[in-house]
Amino acid sequence: MSNEDILAGLGEIVEEVAGVPAADVTADKSFTDDLDIDSLSMVEIAVQAEDKFGVKIPDDELANLKTVQDAVSYIERNKA
Amino acid sequence: MSASITLPEHPAATRIAGLGHFRPERVVTNDELAKTIDTNDEWIRTRVGIAERHFAAESDTVASMGAAAGRLAIADAGLTSADIDLVIVATCTLPTPIPHAATKVASLLDIQAPGAFDINAACAGFCYGLSTASALIRAGEARNVLLVGSEKLTDWIDPADRANAIIFADGAAAVVVTGAETAEIGPVAWGCAIDHTETIYIKDRESFIYQEGQTVFRWATSAIAPVAIEAARRAGVELSDIDVFASHQANLRIVESIAKKLIAAGASPDITIAKDIVTTGNTSSASIPIALDRMRQAGEVRSGDLVLAVGFGAGLTFGSQVFRCP
Repeated sequence: MSNEDILAGLGEIVEEVAGVPAADVTADKSFTDDLDIDSLSMVEIAVQAEDKFGVKIPDDELANLKTVQDAVSYIERNKA
Repeated sequence: MSASITLPEHPAATRIAGLGHFRPERVVTNDELAKTIDTNDEWIRTRVGIAERHFAAESDTVASMGAAAGRLAIADAGLTSADIDLVIVATCTLPTPIPHAATKVASLLDIQAPGAFDINAACAGFCYGLSTASALIRAGEARNVLLVGSEKLTDWIDPADRANAIIFADGAAAVVVTGAETAEIGPVAWGCAIDHTETIYIKDRESFIYQEGQTVFRWATSAIAPVAIEAARRAGVELSDIDVFASHQANLRIVESIAKKLIAAGASPDITIAKDIVTTGNTSSASIPIALDRMRQAGEVRSGDLVLAVGFGAGLTFGSQVFRCP
């Protein structure tokens, strides 16, 4: 799975959980500041990303995923 | 050595015959809480979905609120106190462990010498109690059980704790469970998460409720929908047959997340979803029957509707079953 695929998959999850259009979920965006996603939605996004990409995203790691690129890189490094 | 022990006659199945609830008089808005805590109406509505909740008066107790709800449930069942032979109170907020609440509820309702005990399965208490009541009737150990969920959570909340003071509230609800020819209460799907025993707790008698919010939220939004789906499977009904989803009112976002998963798994997109937390807050073991009775009063739920209930909370403990609304 390429980074583009991960980004696209993440975009679908963000759209479903937070109602942000998937097209707006680009690498440089900050989840909190640009996409207006709060910590509880981030947990839901993490749970769905775990299922979709076969990764574990514990709460302490989740706290470090500030931007969409952070999440894509983390999933890329840790996916099954 | 020749005498044999005889077991009682017993009905094949059970049903809920009556339902009632009690919310304390005092309504506490988000704006009122924001006068003393660093919070605001919009933050509370967005994070937990609560607009207002009810706080008990000094004179309201777990037993008195439970009795008020119980009186209504017994009348709703068309019965009297004389018909009740077992009282079970699900609660986790007694001010002291003894005496337990069930005997006091029985005393307040003038129920003469019933079996009486409390159970503590925290916010899963109603579903655990319903299973217990149903099983005892099917075993012939009781005929008409008054099952009460009653909580005075404000006794165990630090009013300055901005995480928990906005969520928890007080109230009670009760059902009367009785025998039936055909099953109107399904088997329970229950369990607990033994790796999460220390995520919601009261440390000691000088302390208040503490919870690791993010861990609990993650658990509730991922582990609970499968429990509800399993309860429907055990009852032999399709998710598409369910009329009402009555989740424990923990947090509106948790309720909506679980409901979304149930719909994705086959429940109707038009299923009625209990969202009573908006004006009742989180009342732990009382939240499911309070929600159901208020929806029934509002005409959103009708007698005979198939309800899928799921309770979950401290322990972490969970329980779920399908039943017909009385």
